[in-house]
Amino acid sequence: MNYEIVCGIETHIELATKTKIFCGCTTEFGGEPNTHCCPVCTGQPGSLPILNQKVVEYAIKAGLALNCKINTKSHMDRKNYVYPDLPKAYQISQYDEPLCEKGYIELDSGKRIGITRIHIEEDAGKLIHENGYTYIDYNRSGVPLIEIVSEPDISSAEEAREYAEKLQLIMRHIGISDCKMQEGSMRCDVNLSLRKPGDTHFGVRTEIKNINSLTFIQKAVMAEAERQADILDAGGTVVQQTMRYDEQTNSVAPMRDKENSDDYRYFPDPDILRFSIDDGKVEEIRASLPELPFDKLKRYVNVLGLPEATARQIFKYRKVAEFFEGALAEGAGVKNTANLIVGTIFSNMDTEEEKELFAVRISAAQFAALVKLADEKKINIGVAQGILQKMLDSGKPAEEFIKPEDLVGISDEQLESLCREAIDANQRAVDDVRNGKEKAINVMFGYIMKKTGGKADIRKAEDILRKLIGL
Amino acid sequence: MRAGIPELAKRLRNREISAVELTKAYIDAIEKLNPTLNAYVHLTYDTALKAAEQADQMLKDDDAPMLCGIPMALKDNICTDGLPTTCCSKILKGFMPYYDAAVWEKLKKQGAVLLGKTNMDEFAMGSTSETSCYGAPLNPRNTDYVTGGSSGGSAAAVCANLAVYTLGSDTGGSIRQPASFCGVVGLKPTYGAVSRYGLIAYGSSLDQIGPLTNSVKDAAIVFDAIKGGDKRDQTSVDYDYGSSLAECLDRDVKGMRIGVAEEFFDGINPEIKSRIEEAVKLFERNGAVIESIRLPALKLSLPVYYIIACAEASSNLGRYDGIRYGHRTSSYASIDDMIVKTRGEGFGDEVKRRIMLGTYVLSSGYYDAYYKKACLIRDEINREFDAVFEKCDVLIAPTAPNTAFPLNYKSASPVEMYLSDICTVPVNIAGVPAISVPCGEDNKGLPIGMQIIGRRFDEATILQAAHFYEQSAGKVTGAYEGGAGI
Repeated sequence: MNYEIVCGIETHIELATKTKIFCGCTTEFGGEPNTHCCPVCTGQPGSLPILNQKVVEYAIKAGLALNCKINTKSHMDRKNYVYPDLPKAYQISQYDEPLCEKGYIELDSGKRIGITRIHIEEDAGKLIHENGYTYIDYNRSGVPLIEIVSEPDISSAEEAREYAEKLQLIMRHIGISDCKMQEGSMRCDVNLSLRKPGDTHFGVRTEIKNINSLTFIQKAVMAEAERQADILDAGGTVVQQTMRYDEQTNSVAPMRDKENSDDYRYFPDPDILRFSIDDGKVEEIRASLPELPFDKLKRYVNVLGLPEATARQIFKYRKVAEFFEGALAEGAGVKNTANLIVGTIFSNMDTEEEKELFAVRISAAQFAALVKLADEKKINIGVAQGILQKMLDSGKPAEEFIKPEDLVGISDEQLESLCREAIDANQRAVDDVRNGKEKAINVMFGYIMKKTGGKADIRKAEDILRKLIGL
Repeated sequence: MRAGIPELAKRLRNREISAVELTKAYIDAIEKLNPTLNAYVHLTYDTALKAAEQADQMLKDDDAPMLCGIPMALKDNICTDGLPTTCCSKILKGFMPYYDAAVWEKLKKQGAVLLGKTNMDEFAMGSTSETSCYGAPLNPRNTDYVTGGSSGGSAAAVCANLAVYTLGSDTGGSIRQPASFCGVVGLKPTYGAVSRYGLIAYGSSLDQIGPLTNSVKDAAIVFDAIKGGDKRDQTSVDYDYGSSLAECLDRDVKGMRIGVAEEFFDGINPEIKSRIEEAVKLFERNGAVIESIRLPALKLSLPVYYIIACAEASSNLGRYDGIRYGHRTSSYASIDDMIVKTRGEGFGDEVKRRIMLGTYVLSSGYYDAYYKKACLIRDEINREFDAVFEKCDVLIAPTAPNTAFPLNYKSASPVEMYLSDICTVPVNIAGVPAISVPCGEDNKGLPIGMQIIGRRFDEATILQAAHFYEQSAGKVTGAYEGGAGI
């Protein structure tokens, strides 16, 4: 392609506060339609909004985690438009004084994607079309959102995905949102235009609305870039419009335009006083932030000495990282702890969500007690894996499953005589090994492990076998 | 002589009359007079009588609140749980909130007896109450004349003694101007002194609820009962007024510094001007110090008011779409069609005019020239008021440039109508408190109102000055004969 992609992403994230942004109603997902509602969030005449301070706090957390400047003076604006899911006919949002500005997310390549702004606003209700009727559920009306707007710094589909993925990871980590794209608690709008390399002017952009998975972000950027390139190649011009990505056909098509034009007549909401956040509060919030995920990753690799591949599997799930660090705090060794999590615990978890949720029935301390037995070589790793699985299944501590014979290791003499037995019983394999078929030695490992119930130290056994066979 | 709230409270406690009897007397008067006056648009006799019975129970306790058992009324834009609240607009016909306004919640707790909801200009937009979808209320002083507005029904009900007191709302003069036209007392408290929760919004940064009463003392008592911060209204303030406001009324005005700004007297009916000047002299004779002051930005108040109020209204009234409550058109082709038709049918001309005006001033390309500039001038007006109140304790001005208009007189000319708000809107823009007290009659026998304006949260001083005038000036207007006769 002879064009350069210029792409920015607007992300809406539902904040995990217990109550809505302007009233005391619960933000819980689901629930019978219109049961999480009150006069305020359904826009009844005479009702007034009260700004939830937790929302401001969460948004500042997001801003700090994304390296933003926090505007200590801010206010809410009304964004006026008519739609049945918007009960006041205006959305309370922030227009010219967003809470946070000028941050960035660093990609693995070291490239920084700028964050233009983060502002707080309320979500709208939901329209449900059924049997030729349209129903409205206002449970979601007034759920707090932050909108995170990136600079148009993204120049490939891969970068777009990485940006969104990192954003999701960071937001989850600081605990302000579960960022579930399928449930809509994180939604991305992608703005995209093309230009010739070296051109300093932006081309005409389109906006792809409401993309609901990381993979689709990548695919949508690719599809839209190709669509625009085809138009430009044919000498045409791109029309500025709102698009929708269709995951079935992997294509991007214009959305049916709403009739009203985009004049939202923003003005400061007179019902909500201008507010200021003192520096002390910002510092307090900064101090309360947990270690950010990419700092964590660096530490796992550089300080703890974990292989990067293993570290990446652990750091990205907040609860897994907590469990991992919890076990280390109990004195468990880094390597066995990491390997047992990634090898055994993860084998019980098929999906990303399960890892995110990390619902294990044992505590980090119970887990650490087991790991320490392996660290001290009181049991070998194979036994530890088996016991761990039983612990996970039952929620019971390790001592329930450790048999006395597990604790005793195989003595060197015992191992040597076992190795002799293995050689005697597998003469063909021995010949194969002698003839250069190194892998045939596995037959003897299998024999030894079977005889010892998996307890033998396989590296020691290999040394002995090689010596006996004369390699 | 009509009994004030303290006198009625005493009679109720002495068992000279029960709350039920008192309520029945008012119901009888309403039945007799309301068909003509149209002060009430919803009558709530059943709940009133029940409330009166409960009040009689409460009154057995010596500590029962002052307002317990006193029959009163609320403007039709103040939400009442399970009782109609329609802003006198077709678009809210049949609307019954399932929540109480903060002020009504407070009064209810004190044993107030609600007789009904009073007539008003549709969504409080107007100066004569003639934009009500129920037809205009008539001025009890002379039924050929309007009550003023927008709280016209509230003023008429007090004037004709169809309620002991009423609450109105004041965005640009809607309590004070009808009080002036009907010869009663009307107090617009400081912005933030009274919770707006449950007041159906017109211009949110200007709206304020306040009492209309037959005397300054009654106004002080009712204001005392409804003031205070509210967690549900972020713009409300829990200001510490110290001891009861009614108690500080009897101080004299010696040394009180009274400002008179000539800008308030531009284009004022000469009869009104001379009555206000006489009143100022009365203060002076009693030891007040009169200061001549200037408020140059005052002449900009009217355009600033109509820009800000209409801008806010255009947004506040967007929610009336026929989807969740109120009127819905009977046939429509689509949701957009339904909303357009519903609003077309539901709103009257004045409301439509202000929605369009407000939409226009907020539109991109016009925002800076209108809305933004209006906000800047608003700041300037605030600064001028602040500077004046460095030198003065109160300002005295006419409440309105004229007395009541004949019915249907000004409806045809919106701009002329807007001009009649000239003396009252600056007060809302600055968020300061002001009271209107009767100070005479014109040659047709129509009441004239004097406006006393004070510092933010200094209702005590304007009440004190108004009370002093009321007590010293003697009988300044003829009394209305009729009503509940109590």
